[in-house]
Formats: sequence, C-alpha cells, structure tokens
Amino acid sequence: MVTAEGQGRGLAGGTALLLALAVLVGAAAGIGGYTFVYAEGLSYMSSDPKVCANCHIMQAQYDSWQKASHHHVAVCNDCHLPRGLVGKYVAKAVNGWNHSTAYTLQNFAEPIAIKPFNSGIVQDNCLACHRQLVEDAVMARGPAQEASCVHCHQSAGHGERAGLGGPRT
Amino acid sequence: MERSRLNAVTQRGVSATILLSALVVAAVVAVALTALLVNIFERKQEGKVTTTRLVEVTRDTTDPARWGVNWPKQYDAYKLTAQPTRTRFGGHGGSEALPQEKIDKDPWLKRMFLGYAFSIDYRDRRGHAYMLQDQENTQRQTKPQTGSCLHCHASVMPLYRKLGDGDAIKGFEMTYKISYQDLNRQLHEMGHGHTVTCADCHDPKTMQLIVTRPAFLQGIERLAGSAAPTPFAPSIERWRAAGRKAPYDPNAEASRNEMRTFVCAQCHIEYYCSSAMKLTAPWGKGLSVDQIEVFWNETRMPDGGRFLDYKHAETGAPILKAQHPEFELWSQGVHARSGVACADCHMPYARDGATKVSDHWVRSPLLNISRACQGCHKLPEDEIKARVDLIQTRNFELMQRGGVAITALMDAIVAARKGGASEQQLAAAQELQRKAQWRLDFIAAENSMGFHAPQEAARVLGEALDYARQGELAALRRGPAPAARVAHTNAAPALLPTAAAGKP
Repeated sequence: MVTAEGQGRGLAGGTALLLALAVLVGAAAGIGGYTFVYAEGLSYMSSDPKVCANCHIMQAQYDSWQKASHHHVAVCNDCHLPRGLVGKYVAKAVNGWNHSTAYTLQNFAEPIAIKPFNSGIVQDNCLACHRQLVEDAVMARGPAQEASCVHCHQSAGHGERAGLGGPRT
Repeated sequence: MERSRLNAVTQRGVSATILLSALVVAAVVAVALTALLVNIFERKQEGKVTTTRLVEVTRDTTDPARWGVNWPKQYDAYKLTAQPTRTRFGGHGGSEALPQEKIDKDPWLKRMFLGYAFSIDYRDRRGHAYMLQDQENTQRQTKPQTGSCLHCHASVMPLYRKLGDGDAIKGFEMTYKISYQDLNRQLHEMGHGHTVTCADCHDPKTMQLIVTRPAFLQGIERLAGSAAPTPFAPSIERWRAAGRKAPYDPNAEASRNEMRTFVCAQCHIEYYCSSAMKLTAPWGKGLSVDQIEVFWNETRMPDGGRFLDYKHAETGAPILKAQHPEFELWSQGVHARSGVACADCHMPYARDGATKVSDHWVRSPLLNISRACQGCHKLPEDEIKARVDLIQTRNFELMQRGGVAITALMDAIVAARKGGASEQQLAAAQELQRKAQWRLDFIAAENSMGFHAPQEAARVLGEALDYARQGELAALRRGPAPAARVAHTNAAPALLPTAAAGKP
C-alpha cells in the first residue's frame, strides 16, 4: 500500500512535468515550424534564383546576373552549388548556416566577397560545362594549378562591371 | 516488495531530473525560436517599408529637419556633414570654428589673387552644413559681393521663384544685380536661410533626383548644344543623335546614373560669379580647361569689353579666376568615362539591415574606402589609399612648382615695369600670366588634388608651368619670346567619344 501510494504520488509529479514538457516542446515545435514557413524555409530547397535575394543582401548579384551572358543557361545554383547530390546539400547547409547567422547577427564585412570554398565550387562548375574546350589551355598544368576561369571571365555570371565597356545607362 | 519500491524511487528520481532538464532545454529553444522569428519579421518589415511619409513636404519646404521626419536615415547622415573630416590634402587645418587660411599655407595663392577678394580671406573648406554660415562670415564680405553667390550657398529656389513671379530662371537672372547682403536678408526673411537642402536635389513627391539650379540648367543646355563629345553624359549623345529637337533638359533626358552626377554639378563647377552679368557656367565649347578658356575668351562683358574676373593688382594681367571645377575635371577622367557618378564614391550605398541607403554624409571617399572603392576595386584598403596618395602627391608637387613659376613670372613683370618697360612691351607677359594662372588655379581650386582626372591634372599643371616660364622670358625680353608662339597653337587634346557611343 505504501508503495502503491508512493508510486501514485510519484506518477502524479511525473505527469505534471511530462505535461509541461509536452506543452513546451509543442510550443517550440510550433513556433519553429511557423518560423520556418514564415522565413520561406522550404524555398531554400528550390533552385529559384529569387530565393537567393530573399534577404536583399544578394540583390545586386541577382540584378547583375539578369544582365549577364549566362543568364539564359545557368541559375545561381548551377554555378554556386556542387553537382553531386551529397555535395550539393552539404554546400547548401554550410552556406545556409553561414549566411543566416551572419545576416541575423549583422556582423559580416562589406562589400561581401566570395571565399575560397565557394570559389572552388564555381571553378568546378565552369569546367563541368566547358572542360573540353579549355582542357589544353587551362588545365595542362594539372588540377592544382589550373587558372581560375572568372579571373578573366568575370562578366560571365554577373555582367560587365561599370566602366569596362559595359552598360552605361 | 522492497525491490519494487527501490525501482520506483529510482525511476521517479531519474525521470524527474531528465524531465526537468528537457523542460529547460525546450523553453530555451522556444525563446530562441521566438527571437529568431521576431528578427526575421523586423528584417522583412525593413525590406517592405523603406519610408513612411509622416509630414507633407513641397519644393518650398527648405528646412531639412522637416524632410528628416519622413527620411530619418538620410537626414541623420546629412547632419553629419557638420562633422570635421580630414584627409591628407582635403579637410582643413586650424580650429573647428575657423579653418586655416589657404592663402597663408600657400603664399603664392595670395599673390596670384591680389586685386581680388580671395586675397583677403580664402580658407579650407568645411562640410555642407556650414556652407551658408561660412559665406556670411568670410572677410570677403568686407568688399561688395553679388547676390549670385547665394545660387550655391543657400536653399535659394523659393526666393528665385518669388523674384521671378513663379519663374525661377527669371528670378535668378535678376539676382546678380542685387547685393549679397540684400538678397541674403530677403532669404532669411522668407524663412529659407538654410544650406543646401533636400528639395535642391529631390522631387518632393517621388524623391526622384532632380536638378533645380538655373546656372546648371543653362550651362548643360549650352554643353549639349556644342559639338564637344560627352562620353561622361550618354544622354546628351543620345539627345544629339535623336536630332536635337527640344532644348536638352537633364530632368527629362538624363538617366538616374547621370543625375547622380548632375545634382552635384549644380554647384561643384567653374562659373562666373560677379555683379556684371548673371552667374554663368562656361560650357559652350566643352568641359576641358582649354575649352572653357576659349569660351571665356570669346565672352564679352556687358560693356563690350574683354572678359576677365579681375585685373591683377601688381602686374595688371587680365585674370581668369577658376572656381572649383570638380565636375569639369571629373569629366576628363577615367572614372567619368566608365560611368562612375559623383554619388557612387561620395555618397556610396550603405546597407542598413535589409535596406540600402545612399550615404548622405557627403565626404571624401578616402574616409569610406570599403563602400566607396572596394565595390569595384578588389584591393586591400591600404593599397587603395597608397595609390590615391601617390596620384595626389605627384600632382601636389607639380602644383607647388607651378606656384614657384607663377611667382617668378609676377616678379619678372614687376621688375620689368620698374626697369621702364612700357605696357605694350609687357602685354605678352600679362597674357601668359592669364593663361598660366588659369591653369594653375584650375587645379589648385579643384578639390581632389588631381585625383578626379590624374593625367589631365598633370597635363594642365605642365602647361601652367610652361606658360609661366614663357611669360617670365617675355617679361625679361620686353616682348613675346619665340617659344611663346608655340603657346598659341591650340593643340590641346580633346575628349574622344567612347567606343560605346552611338550604340543603342
């Protein structure tokens, strides 16, 4: 009897805690879910270029891409994400984390500039399409010393920079 | 019995601890998620609502504080123009209230300006916030000054409209005859005693960039009507190609990018500003120093006499005084050719949360390199600074040589006159002083120490040096030296159209 009573009391205390936990987890999940939807979280799974300018930081890059020669053949993800399924989502996750923390904390250096990890991805994607054409010219020295395509072809993805004979409006 | 009791206790104890911890974690997660949600909400709002119009403003609202109610970010930055700023060659020495005299720092400037009020008081500049106050207080006001000066030192448009019965151009054309004191008193009585204000560059309804200053409107129309190529202003080339139908109107023709230069070019230009005729921007032949010189040489004073700003008190030379030809020098440089506007470097975009604000703290790009330069030039800040410094130092040193040369020329004319030379014998030397000083002053008065067009600035200084020394020789020889004839062949290189010109 003592035990039963004790167990009963214990269960009652445990039930209250469980209930509170359930409510809180539910609240967190609810708020989290809503935040995800409100922040258009699912859109980041897509390849729509507009998504990359969701937070406005990439607006200039988005605008300039529309004026670039590759506009008709490549969207953001074609150049800025690896081609393999795993690599693609790893890069999305890494960049997604970096960009969202930087934007939330507003603590990044400006003007924004591409970093080596993403530069490598871009280079691989240039070659994914153009490898045969540039094999002899660019890659003769081996993969470690190949020339960066965008070093010269800067305008391919984001248009002519003002002042280099580009659009003067 | 005993065993089951123990179990239950143990189970209870473990569950309670775990449950409590999980509870705390869940609570923290909920808090963090809520904070994130609010943060995202704020950013979204920033992106959506960039301005809130709380008070009505019109083109007659000259008090910038009232505009500041609607556009607080721009107004906050605008107010910062009261802050002292310094670069190696810009900004000012001396105290905050009384900047250093330029004419003390460079005595040759004072000597060049003898016979002109700038020899009395000519100080380093302060920011936009002080433009009216500093003009009201300069010692140059001890001499009679014309109302023309207010064209660029006050929010003067409502006064022009009042004087011209609604026609600002007509009102403006009356003001050169009115004294500065008189016109400034009217300005303050109307309640428009403010420095450059929002309505000078913005349409109060749409906030689109507009140009309002009459002298600029007339000047740019004159430039469009000329044959000079204008690679820095493609809309003029388009207007010409379209058959020059109606007079060129920048407010209708110019692109937004060009307007980001034109609004500044309303004032940061060379002009005639005295009481004999209206304020005039001398752009009828083009914008280079030589083309402006030709324009002035072909201009007649209202009495039919030769155009000059003043007669030099010591030498009697008929001097052209250069104002601050920033727009003109910029137009000759590579940035202008590349479509880079004044505001791109002097008012670069700054990100503020999810919005983009043009920095209304107008100042030297050297104080804001990351935003002003690095958007295009992917170089470390120190390297950019070093390159600019190199350009400016070279021009500064060349300019100081020019100061020595012009002083030698003035000495030679004074000595020749003392030695009995006739005015006729000195005429060639006086002409050469006009040419040399015009060029030297063009670069000295321009506020970039040559940076706006480095090679052009050096070319102009090189010519100034040559003319100054030719003038010195002419004074020594009591007549034109043989080399002086070369000086009159007008072989100055003119701007070439860009390759893009004429393309759709």
